[in-house]
Amino acid sequence: MELFQYPYMQRALIGALIIGLAAPALGIYLVQRRLTLIGDGIGHVALTGVGAGLLLNRSPVLVAVIVATLGAITIELVRARGRTSGDLALALLFYGGIAGGVMLVGLSDATSANLNAYLFGSLTTISPQDLITIAVLGVAVGVTMLALRPALFAVCHDEEYARVSGLPVRTLNLLLAVATAVTVTIAMRAVGVLLISALMVVPVATAQQVTRGFRSTMTAAMALGLFAAGSGVWVAATADTAPGASVVLLAIASFLVVALAAAGWRRLRRRATPAGTPAPEPHEVVLR
Amino acid sequence: MTAPVISVTHGVVGYDGRPVLRDVSLTVTAGEVVAVLGANGSGKSTLIRAALGLVPLTAGAVELFGTPLRRFRQWRRIGYVPQRLGAGGGVPATVGEVVASGRLARRGVLRPPGRADREAVEAALRAVGLADRTADPVATLSGGQQQRTLIARALAGRPELLVLDEPTAGVDAASQEAFATALRDFVADGGTVLLVAHELGPLRPLISRAVVVHEGGICHDGPVPEPAGHHAEPDHDHVHPHGPDEPAGLWSS
Repeated sequence: MELFQYPYMQRALIGALIIGLAAPALGIYLVQRRLTLIGDGIGHVALTGVGAGLLLNRSPVLVAVIVATLGAITIELVRARGRTSGDLALALLFYGGIAGGVMLVGLSDATSANLNAYLFGSLTTISPQDLITIAVLGVAVGVTMLALRPALFAVCHDEEYARVSGLPVRTLNLLLAVATAVTVTIAMRAVGVLLISALMVVPVATAQQVTRGFRSTMTAAMALGLFAAGSGVWVAATADTAPGASVVLLAIASFLVVALAAAGWRRLRRRATPAGTPAPEPHEVVLR
Repeated sequence: MTAPVISVTHGVVGYDGRPVLRDVSLTVTAGEVVAVLGANGSGKSTLIRAALGLVPLTAGAVELFGTPLRRFRQWRRIGYVPQRLGAGGGVPATVGEVVASGRLARRGVLRPPGRADREAVEAALRAVGLADRTADPVATLSGGQQQRTLIARALAGRPELLVLDEPTAGVDAASQEAFATALRDFVADGGTVLLVAHELGPLRPLISRAVVVHEGGICHDGPVPEPAGHHAEPDHDHVHPHGPDEPAGLWSS
């Protein structure tokens, strides 16, 4: 534990905990919309921002926030116009993003170690300024996701109904896109571009094994994210493993444990009550 | 005289250049219960979706409560019941949470739910006979109970107009009865209803006017026509060839 006396380890832990809370709070909406991999896509775009930041000697995290936000807004506008070409446009954006990032990092004075820090995370090199950025943006995302839960739930659950309710659907969609970009960029320092989606999605997947409602899923997912981030940093510090990978592997391990336990519990209950729950009524309409 | 609740004048809708509705006019006045009938693919769902602005008109005009659709902002006056519950991404949601969405049109985005909201949600669930299922995940409900959940969501906003898209398709008899009761209470309180239906079933006595859509045009507007052919048989088997779903967008569920 004495490792946590060092300020860089304290910063790593605080940064990881903030991201562990904020990422699932956003991720639950992405899971609900079946957009679990969008984080990966925006992460690719953010990499171009990192490259630009390194090349221009500006804060890579801040430049990445700006570039990823622009990318996310582009994706949302493509989606809102929505036809088949959107798929292709997204592919162009994603691969263009990662190729641009690799090229710009190569052009700058940065080494491949710098690039790796963003690809796979580098919690222990978080500077005090980085931590402030992570804290401000992470808290902003978390509070927004919690405060706007009824409206965001409505939009993600049934977009047409939300429109007939007079909700500002386009604004809420853009807000979600921007929040995704911001979360991806700050999570990039913790788990890296290639592992970002894990922290947004896996705690939600774990929580919904045992929860019954949206609010309880969100609460449980945030608790699980907090646990994975905290224990991941601790494992990384004591066993000297990569922090990002440790956090993600712990999140996936929790998923396996909870999924198996939930399945076992359901089997036990079914055996205890042989009648079980009544089967759903048969449909009167034959779908062809 | 008050303005009509819904007025579609010379509405034309086309998907990808293929006309679905051609020159359709429909007026619904306050207190009416109007059923839009027609075969699958006749354009009846498109007609009410266009009236709500969910499908753009290529020509013609829509007015809601006397206001052109483009400038209409009083969405709390309308309760919309879609054909079925979106599949969602598998994140569980309770019946109570889904019905609570119906309060957003009244409350707005920023205000947290208060006591009036909770009471309205409870009353709406009682009206459709699902008060004991509030905390259950919607995914565990039968098709008919899910449909009743959507009706409760619309009722929770205390609208003046209910617009329902095939509310009785694939719904068990108990749910159809519960639904007819809820609708009767809504009409008795002065509500206006526009519904799309394939067959009316227990709703039949409630309907004050029927509009039949055929190949994108209105071919009947008046009293409810008598069922004919095999449709008149009480338990004929319905086969619904549902049209292809619209392409799912990246950010849409």
